[in-house]
Amino acid sequence: MLVLLILHLVAALVAPLFVRWWGPRACYPLALAPAAAFGWAVARTPAVRDGGTVVETYPWIRQLGLDLAFRMTTLSWLMTLLVGGVGALVLIYSARYFHPGSLGLGRFVAVLVAFAGAMLGLVLADDLLLLYVCWELTTIFSYLLIGHSTERRSSRWAAAQALTVTTFGGLAMLVGFIMLGEHAGSYRWSTIVEQPLPGGAHLVTAVVLILVGALSKSAVLPFQSWLPVAMAAPTPVSAYLHAAAMVKAGVYLLGLLAPALATVGPWRPVVTAAGLASLLVGGWAALRQTDLKLLLAYGTVSQLGLLTVVVGAGTPDAALAGVAMLLAHALFKAALFLVVGIVDHDAGTRDLRELSGLGRRAPLLAAVAVVAAASMAGLPPLVGFVAKEAVFAAFTDRPVVVAGLVAGTALTVAYTARFVWGAFATRPGVPTTDVGRIAPAMLTPPALLAGAGLVAGPAAGALDGLLSPYAEVFGTVDDHLALWHGLSPALGLSALALAGGAALFALRGPLAPALARLRAPVSGNEGYEWLTRRFDRLAVEVTGATQRGSLPQYLGTILVTLSVVTAAALLATQPWRERIAPWDTPLQVVVVAVVSVAAFLAVGARRRLTAMLLVGMTGYGTAMLFVLYGAPDLALTQFLVETATIAVFVLVLRRLPERFSARPLRRSRWVRRGIGTAVGVVTAGLALTAAASRSAPTISDAFPELAVDQGYGRNVVNVTLVDIRAWDTMGELAVLVVAATGVASLIFQRSRTGPRPRRPEPSSTANRPGRPVWLRGGSTLEERRRSIVLEVVTRLLFHTVVVFSLFLLFSGHNAPGGGFAGGLVASLALAVRYLAGGRYELAEAAPVGAGTVLGAGLAISVGTGVVGLALGAPVLSSTRIDVSLPLIGDFYLVTSLIFDVGVYLVVVGLVLDILRSLGAEVDRHIEAAGRPDRALPVDRAREAP
Amino acid sequence: MRGAAGPTLTVVVAVGVLVGCGVTLLLERSLSRILLGVILLGNGVNLLILLGGRSGAAPVVGTAATGDLSDALPQAMVLTAIVITFGLTAFLLAVSYRAWYLTGDDEVPDDLEDRQVVRQAERNEAATADLGGEGPDADPEQVDPGPARRRRPGREEGPR
Repeated sequence: MLVLLILHLVAALVAPLFVRWWGPRACYPLALAPAAAFGWAVARTPAVRDGGTVVETYPWIRQLGLDLAFRMTTLSWLMTLLVGGVGALVLIYSARYFHPGSLGLGRFVAVLVAFAGAMLGLVLADDLLLLYVCWELTTIFSYLLIGHSTERRSSRWAAAQALTVTTFGGLAMLVGFIMLGEHAGSYRWSTIVEQPLPGGAHLVTAVVLILVGALSKSAVLPFQSWLPVAMAAPTPVSAYLHAAAMVKAGVYLLGLLAPALATVGPWRPVVTAAGLASLLVGGWAALRQTDLKLLLAYGTVSQLGLLTVVVGAGTPDAALAGVAMLLAHALFKAALFLVVGIVDHDAGTRDLRELSGLGRRAPLLAAVAVVAAASMAGLPPLVGFVAKEAVFAAFTDRPVVVAGLVAGTALTVAYTARFVWGAFATRPGVPTTDVGRIAPAMLTPPALLAGAGLVAGPAAGALDGLLSPYAEVFGTVDDHLALWHGLSPALGLSALALAGGAALFALRGPLAPALARLRAPVSGNEGYEWLTRRFDRLAVEVTGATQRGSLPQYLGTILVTLSVVTAAALLATQPWRERIAPWDTPLQVVVVAVVSVAAFLAVGARRRLTAMLLVGMTGYGTAMLFVLYGAPDLALTQFLVETATIAVFVLVLRRLPERFSARPLRRSRWVRRGIGTAVGVVTAGLALTAAASRSAPTISDAFPELAVDQGYGRNVVNVTLVDIRAWDTMGELAVLVVAATGVASLIFQRSRTGPRPRRPEPSSTANRPGRPVWLRGGSTLEERRRSIVLEVVTRLLFHTVVVFSLFLLFSGHNAPGGGFAGGLVASLALAVRYLAGGRYELAEAAPVGAGTVLGAGLAISVGTGVVGLALGAPVLSSTRIDVSLPLIGDFYLVTSLIFDVGVYLVVVGLVLDILRSLGAEVDRHIEAAGRPDRALPVDRAREAP
Repeated sequence: MRGAAGPTLTVVVAVGVLVGCGVTLLLERSLSRILLGVILLGNGVNLLILLGGRSGAAPVVGTAATGDLSDALPQAMVLTAIVITFGLTAFLLAVSYRAWYLTGDDEVPDDLEDRQVVRQAERNEAATADLGGEGPDADPEQVDPGPARRRRPGREEGPR
């Protein structure tokens, strides 16, 4: 069975290719996939006929206990035949139904084949969760098929409605399955059914939820609205999904579960009431349709209601009648849909008011339609008659149900007559409909289906032998399928229904006003629309009430929640009554005092620069705290980052107004401070709690040893970064690259990858011969911006600083330093070059693109991991290489150093990108602002008033 | 004295002050202030993470007994956090420059789409429906001619 599913999958995957090569004719080879399923099921007939099963199981997800468990019993054998057989015929039909070059045909055919596979999986699945997966797959494929004409709104609307309704049902069913599975201890249906299910509200809830799923899939009231709308799909889809296969999934599920669940409280009342209501409402609605396809669609709603009543009844006779009806319905309804497709395709309309004389023009088509319709109406000797007789016989002891069934059947007879009359009768005053020769590939599939119905009727005895194993699950079958039972009550009821239907059809003229008036006050479609609109409105109201659009408000809500909840938990548990040391060294107190004062002043500062410097002070203070805590690497990095931050900030502050904007925020100032205080206090409480509540030894106790043994380095922090937790560092590098890219894309209005700024030729006034040139870019600056002292110092220090950065990089493995610190030092050297000599000097100092440096760094870091992987080592693990060089002596190299080089390059690239963007490019903006013709919008606006 | 088992109160106070001041600035409208708030908050949280491990001698093997070394794991985490905060700072600075460049100040305005939803709620409207393509009534292959079409006859021809 798995092979069949894989065959469908492969066919679906190659379908677009085939369609590109051969056009619609590609459907012929693709029909082989469902045909194979049909053939396989036929070959397994002997095994199933005696009540046997075909089982296949493959392990899938062990942790969930979920296997690919397939099991074919009589019911699934019948469904496999229908899914495979009708699927193959529909594909053959599609080969001529679609015009060569139809839009989206490749996708359509692929999805149709994939649907056949999903449907096959659904009917063969033994595991309820596997069944659910296939169930939802059919929902999704059905969505794609209904929405085939993506450019038409009605098509999209229909697809969305079908998806919404059936997914809603599917989710309810999933919950039901899980409740049932957990209740029974297994999701394998063959296991669940064997043991007695304990009753109770739990099981009742599960059954109701599963029924919601089954009824929504089978378009039974109150979920019927999606099926008529889904007729927006191309006709082959309607014939396959909405007559033979998908809508039967709900009925199939009822049939599958009925042996165990039909006795559970709500099952029978729900199934009977919903089914009978659908039977009558659908049949009545079908009588007033003028669109032949819609007429069939409402007829399908009606018939699905009938199937729900019969299959869900859970008695042996009803079960046998139900499967017979299932077969009969698939045969005649698919055939009729295909006939309508031919009419639509060849006559250009399927409105019965515009059709006339088709019966004489296309006698063969009419004959096929009449045979199929006769089966639908339940005329002997067709299989529809056999099934209907069995249905009546099974319910003779329940008069109310029988009355409903007879009334529904009478309606069926009437709309069947209306269908035949509508499609093929000659109407006075309507021009004769012209159809050409009907392609054999289109006429053969419905003819075969109708013919099967004609054959199966007289062969009722054989059919009974094939189908009764299913019914015997429920008990002994009294009324076997037969064409002639003698003068039984069922025969009388059949005659009554036929007569009633004929009368209804004969009286269609006088009945027309009643048909128009007597309808549900709200159509299913309107109900759906009303409900979804209410949901939309609710969403808007809730969103509008909670999302006011103000960032401070959002943050405030989050922060208040954070502090209130955490504070309550802290107060309730009071976990901090531990030993609390006042300080590690008294020096900490001094530093914290300075930091606190700077932080408080920063909050109140009005000038941007003041605030920045105060914040910088807290940063340096934090670095001091790192030193005192015993974290020299952190302190080094923090000092460097703080310096770089101040430099970058100043670059931007050149342009921003000197003071913060004075919005009237005074009112809310104390609210902000209150929230700030609360969050600060709560965080301090968290710090106390977290630090004092260690209950297990830390994993980092092992780090020093790991660092020396496996990382070959003595600086534990650095080895942690490049080896023990190198994945984290890798992620961080990616973040830095993204941040750098973001900065550049926000500042550059032009491509960043263009030519670097070239230094203009030095002007003779700025660069008199004989004077030493300290920085070559310096001459490009205005005189008042130049500082010759800075240029000299930069010239003298730059190379030393770069060498120092390399020293930090290489020594970082055994002493404080490493790629981050080294990269930051090198970056600061570049920043100094830029500050002293301007943007041309920056280009002189780093004659490569920032993107190149970033990319090279990331590539090197990733590369070390990939190379290690290729050599068979774990990703990002270190190897020690001993090297001996003459004169220098023995030393060793650790491969994680290469990773650290990547880190170094990414940091340099980040700062280079920032200097290029916030430095050089902003310089250009400033220069442009000085010239009226090139000024920026904001500068022009400022000068205008 | 170093390597105390419990938390050190002084550092806890520093965490509280830095986070509190950071949050206060975070609730402002000016992007520069928000950015300064992020930096303060970052410093405070870095200290908080650091408090998760014990203090001690610098974690360089060989400089002190292994038991006296400070905890290296939170330090490695904080180190990456410091550098990421730097990247974030640069990005937010670029955002505030961009905001100033476009509007003349660097304030965070209310979210336009959120305000639109609020207005929709006030006018009792639903979210915009699927409006592409032709409407169902103009569709020649209209599939549900039942109620919708008959109840509103001549809607297409009616006065517009």
